[in-house]
Amino acid sequence: MEQPEQNIATGLQQPEPAAQIQAPPVAEPQAPAAPQPQMMPSDSGDLVFDVEKVSCYYSAFRAVTDVSLSIHENEITAFIGPSGCGKTTVLRTLNRMNDLVPGARVEGDIRYRGASLYGKDVSPIAVRRRIGMVFQKPNPFPKSIYDNVAYGPRINGERNKRKLDEIVEHSLQQAALWDEVKDRLNKSGLGLSGGQAQRLCIARTLAVEPDVVLMDEPCSALDPIATGRIEDLMREIKSRYTIVIVTHNMQQATRVSDRTAFYSVLRNEESDTRTGVLVEYGRTQQIFEDPHDERTKAYVTGRMG
Amino acid sequence: MAAITEPQLGPNLQEPTGWRRSKNRIATVLMVLSFVLVIIPLVFVLYTVIAKGISIISWQFLTSPIPPQVAPADEGGIGPAVLGTIEITAIAALMAVPLGILGAIYLNEYGGKGVLARLIGFFSDVMTGVPSIVMGLFLFSIWVLHFGFSGFAGALALACLMLPIVIRSTDEMLKLVPNPLREGSYALGATKARVTITVVLPAAIGGIVSGALLAIARAAGETAPLLFTILTVTAANPNVFSGANTAIPSQIFANATSPYPGAQGRAWGAALTLIAIAFVLMIVARFITARFTRYSR
Repeated sequence: MEQPEQNIATGLQQPEPAAQIQAPPVAEPQAPAAPQPQMMPSDSGDLVFDVEKVSCYYSAFRAVTDVSLSIHENEITAFIGPSGCGKTTVLRTLNRMNDLVPGARVEGDIRYRGASLYGKDVSPIAVRRRIGMVFQKPNPFPKSIYDNVAYGPRINGERNKRKLDEIVEHSLQQAALWDEVKDRLNKSGLGLSGGQAQRLCIARTLAVEPDVVLMDEPCSALDPIATGRIEDLMREIKSRYTIVIVTHNMQQATRVSDRTAFYSVLRNEESDTRTGVLVEYGRTQQIFEDPHDERTKAYVTGRMG
Repeated sequence: MAAITEPQLGPNLQEPTGWRRSKNRIATVLMVLSFVLVIIPLVFVLYTVIAKGISIISWQFLTSPIPPQVAPADEGGIGPAVLGTIEITAIAALMAVPLGILGAIYLNEYGGKGVLARLIGFFSDVMTGVPSIVMGLFLFSIWVLHFGFSGFAGALALACLMLPIVIRSTDEMLKLVPNPLREGSYALGATKARVTITVVLPAAIGGIVSGALLAIARAAGETAPLLFTILTVTAANPNVFSGANTAIPSQIFANATSPYPGAQGRAWGAALTLIAIAFVLMIVARFITARFTRYSR
């Protein structure tokens, strides 16, 4: 069942007085139960995220205005657009990482498999266990490679050594890193090259078996060969996970993603403020070959951005 | 290097001559000179203490009871003072180090810009500047006057001196832990406490431990706060909580100000002991730092 393509009209829209859902303070993790769906999934059973008129604020600054889109299961969705248009901000709201920024606020509704991500009783800890994130600059812990990958399962309570060995090996294999490091699992994770370190971070994220993997420009610090490996990895794990990737590289978006969302910056001439908006969202092929919006066309054909 | 007889062809790649070069040389000379000036007193102190104390130091010296001051230098020792220093410093460390580390964790990870965090930070900074004798006087008036002299009172005074140092050095170490490490841990579904205990602390532990050990080494050598709190005696007192006690710095003070050469000899021996203790603590700090940071490269 196809979700109709969304196409936000141009021009600054007055935001409707949507219900103000403040990000609640970090609650202690509840018993790890599945989030209770508050509406029947119906024909959007393959909808992982339903983002509705979401605006993100950093204190008084409105970083992103009225984003609405939906992420489909087992697909790779790419966020593209020029710098400063809020792609990373929107990505981080999907797993509540923006809670860590003082003064960050989210208005609008984000539903994860039917349950509101910013509801009153929702624990960000439980959210992040299901929705993992890989960052732009690889950030392995200063621990051994084994302990890096085993970190996630360990904090989730896994103590059995043999089970941990299995998980570590399986995750490193999924990340296409096993052969390179299997003989030096007890060496420091900081001693890896950039591409290896990023694959280690991906293995670390996969070790907790999340539902969704968010990637914030994962290849921007890597050389083309390492980039290619990570793209292969993404295509391979797509069948088991849902992936959302922010990328500056349009070719990468065409290579790996099923759907693409194009963001841009909107200037308000009177108040001289900038804010990010979602310009167009649809199947990757359509966005790049037959964009509906002029701004999308200008960006993807290289005339701006 | 081209032979000097050949004419210079191509660009001139020689060191710039003239005023710029001289300025560079003058700066280098000045830096080396200041380094030497700084090292001289340090070496001089070390040399004097070692020269004067080495003949006195022995196992017997470190364990024998304290003789009357008239006794010659090779009689008796500073045994009670060594015991006192070890006990008092250990108790002070047990109080100040955990409290200081936890305080710094609060300041860095939890407090943010809140009022309580700013107050703690401010008073901690003020406390680093309080003279040690004032600290001793403070403990005298609130503790000794009610509970009498004891090693514990001395330990309290030393702990008050150590606390702001531990807080500040731990805070600096925690600040050095890069934020992406915390984010990586949060992104895996860790609670704030988990992030702090399993990622932030292990990353900073080397610096934290060496900072704590340095604070302990400093406290071990403080005399002024002990003047009013332990009331230097010469008998060994293993009970830290009651009765006056003694410590190495106090014995140095008592012996060095006496007119008898024997006592003065023992003072030098005690001084060398103190420096040796600080030295040992610093070596231990290095080892611990190296062990804990072996995954950081």
